Amino acid sequence: MATTHFEVMEAESAPRSSRIVNDLSIQVATINGSGSQTANTVLLRALFQMGIPVSAKNLFPSNIAGLPTWFTIRASRYGYVARKKEIDFLVAMNPETAEEDVLSLEPGAAVVYDEKLNLAKLRGDLAFYPVPFDPLVAAICPDAKLRKLVRNMIYDGVVAKLLGIEVEEIRIGLEKQFKKKAKAAELNWNAARAGYDYAEKSLTKADRFWVERMDKNQGKFLIDGNSACALGAMFGGVTICTWYPITPSSSLAESLIGYMRRYRIDPATKKATFAIVQAEDELAAVGMAIGAGWAGARAMTATSGPGISLMAEFVGLAYYSEVPIVIFDIERVGPSTGLPTRTAQGDILKNAYLSHGDTKHLMLIPSSTEECFSMGVEAFDLAEEFQTPVFVMSDLDLGMNNWMAEPFEYPSKPISRGKVLSVEDLNRLPGFDRYKDVDGDGIAYRTLPGTKHPKASYFTRGSGHDEHAIYSERPEDYVANMDRLARKFETARARLPKPEIREAREAEIGILAYGTTHWAIVESLDQLQREHHLAAGYCRVRAFPFSAEVFTFIRRHRRVYVVEQNRDAQMHRMLRMEVDAADVGKLRSVLHYNGLPVDARSVTDSILRQEVRN
Amino acid sequence: MATTAMPPAAPKKVNRVGLEPADYKGNRSTLCAGCGHNAISERIIEACYELGVEPYRVAKLSGIGCSSKSPAYFLRSSHGFNAVHGRMPSVATGTVLANRAIMALGVSGDGDSASIGIGQFVHLMRRNLPCVYIIEDNGCYGLTKGQFSATADLGSKLKTGVVNDLPPIDTCALAIQLGATYVARSFSGDKKQLLALLEGALVHRGTAMLDVISPCVTFNDHEGSTKSYSYVKDHDEPLSDVSFVPYFEDITVEYEPGTSTEIALPDGSRLVLKKLRTDYDPHSKVEALRLLTESHDKGEIVTGLFYIDTERPNFLDLLNVVDEPLATLPESRVRPPQSALNEVMDSLR
Repeated sequence: MATTHFEVMEAESAPRSSRIVNDLSIQVATINGSGSQTANTVLLRALFQMGIPVSAKNLFPSNIAGLPTWFTIRASRYGYVARKKEIDFLVAMNPETAEEDVLSLEPGAAVVYDEKLNLAKLRGDLAFYPVPFDPLVAAICPDAKLRKLVRNMIYDGVVAKLLGIEVEEIRIGLEKQFKKKAKAAELNWNAARAGYDYAEKSLTKADRFWVERMDKNQGKFLIDGNSACALGAMFGGVTICTWYPITPSSSLAESLIGYMRRYRIDPATKKATFAIVQAEDELAAVGMAIGAGWAGARAMTATSGPGISLMAEFVGLAYYSEVPIVIFDIERVGPSTGLPTRTAQGDILKNAYLSHGDTKHLMLIPSSTEECFSMGVEAFDLAEEFQTPVFVMSDLDLGMNNWMAEPFEYPSKPISRGKVLSVEDLNRLPGFDRYKDVDGDGIAYRTLPGTKHPKASYFTRGSGHDEHAIYSERPEDYVANMDRLARKFETARARLPKPEIREAREAEIGILAYGTTHWAIVESLDQLQREHHLAAGYCRVRAFPFSAEVFTFIRRHRRVYVVEQNRDAQMHRMLRMEVDAADVGKLRSVLHYNGLPVDARSVTDSILRQEVRN
Repeated sequence: MATTAMPPAAPKKVNRVGLEPADYKGNRSTLCAGCGHNAISERIIEACYELGVEPYRVAKLSGIGCSSKSPAYFLRSSHGFNAVHGRMPSVATGTVLANRAIMALGVSGDGDSASIGIGQFVHLMRRNLPCVYIIEDNGCYGLTKGQFSATADLGSKLKTGVVNDLPPIDTCALAIQLGATYVARSFSGDKKQLLALLEGALVHRGTAMLDVISPCVTFNDHEGSTKSYSYVKDHDEPLSDVSFVPYFEDITVEYEPGTSTEIALPDGSRLVLKKLRTDYDPHSKVEALRLLTESHDKGEIVTGLFYIDTERPNFLDLLNVVDEPLATLPESRVRPPQSALNEVMDSLR
């Protein structure tokens, strides 16, 4: 949890008031495909290894090479990991955007740049650090072909020197990155070193930003949400993953392939205890998962908005014929192709009611990589317990960026397969009716194909059926079945993860958010309190259907700001459908939908504007 | 009490797994009387009975359409899944991946496979998924009252007089080209040939694709239709006389050396093709495609086994999955230990 008081660290070389320690953002502006990933990851790692809370946002184009890309690192002594709106330290490597990037900085910011770009003439209120990248790289890398690959490491060295990053941590970061490729690590290290030495010799510190070692990252590690979801799936016992490549979800399936090959090959036979299939499209991806879920496998797919649109018909089938599957939706900006490499929370409303007819679905909404893991595990239990599709609603920001993570907790409960009848059960029972509500919770019993018993079989269909799974168009059969499905949904309401609620004493206002918006809220709550003495309660929704606690939270506050990353206030609308009539008027919206991860300042400003109007 | 001498009850006819023909039946068909699809259902029942297929091991899969209703009309004791239009192949793929012990029996139609589902159809063929894939092919959409499908022949007429002006898709040629390893065409009215081809398909270990011309008696059995009973009977040119010998039956089929080809199937069964055309080799893709193209140009419907390959690895072989069904592996085999999680986390610190 972030602390809320403001500190200014003592410093020798700078005036007390102006030295800013461990509270800055670094933005590296490069050209896509120019090989900056290593340099950026190592810079992030070096800060992380120094025990300073960090976060990273890769703002990249939908392009293989040539378009501008920005990598932002935030170091925050307070533990804030949301995107910081202001850039404090710019590394301008892209001639195309350099001028615009420089002009958008706040006064007092610093700019490291290729001296050829001649940026210092643009403004007089910034600290400029020109670096002769080409001569520096030529000196340490005789092979001209390799220069492009290591050139970017030079800015790591320059930034390390200017900010006070321990250069040894850069070296350790490089070793981590290159593992057994010692030669590549060495070449990159030489480049970083050249930058560091150049800065030491030729640059004079003219900005206020510094980093210093802290001790905040004990036990933590860096991971992206897609890898965390993949790990959750593996420890959740997934056996079938069928998928189709789409940004930003592809790396989820690809991470899963890596982990499964390492940990899920049968040691005795060297055969796989899983099947991962790249399907021909999203229709086939979800269709295969449904076939597998029906036949008893723990089955999943991973996709994003356009894929979800294609899967809509099949998801309705899974809902109505009651087949367990898990769908990881790594949301990106729509509509249509939209901004494929930018983040949004734009699928929440669509997925809740995906497909034609009366349908509604279970959704888990992780905010962190820890939850990507735990919900990844839990989604498979829920899908089987409720015999229905379960969505895990991540987004590009969570899925593709590196986040600091607390150790993931190994699943404490055994795998729950839900109501599946065995041969012994069938021997004991007088009969078996696939869609009969025996227990009153709306969840019927199922059998798996291949069960060796004459009573085991039933016919699954997306057309109307009665409780014996027989085709039926009788009005009373249809109504009974639909009402049972609604009952099942209500059973899930109490079973899904509860919201995380933080009460503030005597707060009139509440903030309600979900997913990655959480990180801006944590910081915004502090800003509201510290800067405006405005206390607010906070409810972080973690699942749909909403549990009773969500409605109690709304009831307890006079005004509730629903903060989300879409234009149409999607969760706000979902809440309006369900809250008491008296509470509808309390709901307001703070909306952020420009493709960048939401930042705290935007939330704070919006709430303040609306409070003034109040 | 008077006693009447009763003749001893005739021993019930059972197959090698002790089941009667009735055990392979399904619900009463709701398709039109005389529909070719019903005849296909009957042959499926016969084939499964004769081979002694255990119904619990079969999964019946279908899409949407008249054809796709038919799995309800056979093998009552098998699980069935009537999915969405054109998407049976993906559901079948998932089912087989989840449980490799299951015999997937997919039933589709010409609209289901050659139009809306052509994408899934070709990719299933390409994967050589172990399954039987039957297209009940009547060249029209019966359930929506008779529109043309993509297998309707050029120049064929609807009842309303509308003429089809697009060439048909030959699903057999596609299947052969893409990698299916057992590809045949038959006619719903040809009991003997269809039965033998079905039995061969059921023991095949890759994708067995059967396109069965099955006239729609309501919408497509009139003069001008090229998929009517009379048209097919007049134009059907059997490629070979097919017999199937299951591995457990010790029967020698009569054939004259030099005019027959015998194909050994992986389980020991044999397919015997008594050649009507002496130059035909069912192991050659090129020959098969030439035959289909030429006969189509001549306006003939060739039936029989066009292509077989018992060597090509199937999709499960390629994926190297364990021998047991993935669906029911115990937790100890699907949830790695705490040490694995620790190892991953350590590598990221």
